[in-house]
Amino acid sequence: MRLIKKIGEWFDHRLQLAAPIREAAGHRVPRSTASWFYVFGSAALTVFLLQLVTGILLALIYVPSAGEAWSSLQALNHQVALGWFVRAMHGWGSNFMVAIVLIHMVQVFLFGAHKFPRELTWIIGVFLLLMTLGMAFTGQVLRFDQDAYWGLGIGASIASRVPILGPFIVKLMLGGPIIAGATLSRFFALHVFVIPGMLIGFVCLHVLMVLKLGINEWPMPGRIVKRATYEAEYHALTSKDGEPFVPYAIWKDMFFAAFIILAVAACAFYFGPFGPTGRPDPTIIQTAPKPDYFFLWLYALLSLLPPSLETPFLLVVPPLAILGLILLPFLSGEGEKSWKRRPIAVVTVLMIAITLGTFTRMAQFTPWSPHMNAWSGDPVPDRYIHGTTALERQGALVFQVKQCRNCHSIGDEGGQRGPALDSVAVRLTQDQLIRQVIQGGGNMPAYGNNLSPAETTALVAFLETLHPTTQRPARDAARDLVVSESKSRSATQP
Amino acid sequence: MSTNTDTGNTRNTDTAPPAAGNLSRRGFFMKLGILFNGFAAIVLALPLARFLLSSITRGRENGYLSWVQLGNVSNFPEGETRMATFRNPLVMPTDGKTVDTACWVRRVAGDQFQVFAINCAHLGCPVRWFPQSGLFMCPCHGGAYYRDGSRASGPPERGLFQYPYRIENGVLTIEAGQLPTPGDPVASLASEKPPCA
Repeated sequence: MRLIKKIGEWFDHRLQLAAPIREAAGHRVPRSTASWFYVFGSAALTVFLLQLVTGILLALIYVPSAGEAWSSLQALNHQVALGWFVRAMHGWGSNFMVAIVLIHMVQVFLFGAHKFPRELTWIIGVFLLLMTLGMAFTGQVLRFDQDAYWGLGIGASIASRVPILGPFIVKLMLGGPIIAGATLSRFFALHVFVIPGMLIGFVCLHVLMVLKLGINEWPMPGRIVKRATYEAEYHALTSKDGEPFVPYAIWKDMFFAAFIILAVAACAFYFGPFGPTGRPDPTIIQTAPKPDYFFLWLYALLSLLPPSLETPFLLVVPPLAILGLILLPFLSGEGEKSWKRRPIAVVTVLMIAITLGTFTRMAQFTPWSPHMNAWSGDPVPDRYIHGTTALERQGALVFQVKQCRNCHSIGDEGGQRGPALDSVAVRLTQDQLIRQVIQGGGNMPAYGNNLSPAETTALVAFLETLHPTTQRPARDAARDLVVSESKSRSATQP
Repeated sequence: MSTNTDTGNTRNTDTAPPAAGNLSRRGFFMKLGILFNGFAAIVLALPLARFLLSSITRGRENGYLSWVQLGNVSNFPEGETRMATFRNPLVMPTDGKTVDTACWVRRVAGDQFQVFAINCAHLGCPVRWFPQSGLFMCPCHGGAYYRDGSRASGPPERGLFQYPYRIENGVLTIEAGQLPTPGDPVASLASEKPPCA
């Protein structure tokens, strides 16, 4: 023991680190902050360190070359001992990191920790969130499969819409005219050197500021933050009702950190690694690319926005949102900290969470995408062709062959892009059906050039049978009148 | 003690900085050092920036586009739309399969063609051709196009991108080499110029 102590003293005499470490560990924190609500920051740091370790391990095998990346991932999954587990840890670690960073942000916001004097800590936190999302996107690209390839195309298409500079940004982003080897190499550089380097720097600043300014005290309703008095009040609080951070508060951080690491490992073990999906070969077009979990909301948004609003939305809203987050501590740097006295803050958080959650949920079953194989794969339910005439059956055939089914479901099978047609005859009269089929409209293509008159007649005859037995099909009363009048007129004529 | 003239006593210049506006010898050298480093930074920044932006500067001279062959005209029956693949004109050693590109070739009649990019004009996903309904459909966000490439429905704001084409000795040739995007529809030149054939 004496030897160890001597060695330690030898090192510290040269490093001079023991004193500042002891000071940081023993700094007094308000007793109220030793709470399970205060563990998410350290948990984010834990997952980040875990990502560094698993990322370095993956880099031992991974080849950042467009020709070989996919094969090296296959080797990791199937040839290298526990390669699949390290890949799964890194993939699940990324999901956990984004989730924990978001939870940390919400907690910090609801506890008013962004207010004076911690404005800069919040702003650096906003940058850390953006870098975390940047890591998530570039990481998805490094999993160089079909989703990554077409995801890059989506990224390039969005970037190209920037006025004037768009085409240059695309070429800078892709490293050339197309998505190819140079693209993967530069995303590798971003994911492995540039963003992690910035992340390490900003994380150090972020933690240093928490140490120097002190952890945000538990917000009490009615305890107002004022620039003039806050720091003195905080100092009084920590000296009167404070405890040393180690061990008074840190044990909860440690427990939660270990829990998170085990949770990532459990997810990795049970669910396995993500992909890779098909080979990144642009000539294989039988694919429906989808982004990773944390960008699904954007995928949904891009499908649901009106076309004319899309570009302005993409170019204006994200910068405004980021600017809003950065300006937040300046707009509300003082005042109430407690969420109990900040109803607008609570409602805003709820609104954003519900919106993102809804979009994410929708993107999981993509009602806006045609089902490419519905026309050849999904059968017409028996009950829809039982007891029908030859013309109506011919119409059912036209319905399938002309890929109507790709966008319209019947019997709950088929695309959801257009309305389900199980009771279409109740909604549209014969004339309206013919018009809709031939001219399209309301986001439906016009089929006039692709259907012969005979096919249209058969198709509409089939569609007219699609109504519940208890409801009669829609009928244009005036039409019957006109038809009977013209009949009687032609009967009277010689 | 004067710090400007006393060259023998360095310690004094450190401990007693001169009054403002009175430049010491060492202060002068420090400023010169900053200036010298700034000069070095500029000298280095120019080639490094040139390297970083090389993918842009080449594209500005349209250095990426060139004519590539899609195959004999006889491979494409009149009135039909077929997929064709070509190799991107610019190939780097590590590109792998990514330089193989697909496109849709519609032979309208005789020597009259339309060559569509595979990329949806919305966000670049690969569109699929359905001859039965005469539609191109996109699997991502549900864009649809008619057989002539014009927009039918969904989020795209325009029709499919088209490559300029010409026919040389019975071989269909297109001008390609760059990913067409909504903000940079390089492949759509054909719609502005009359077809060469």
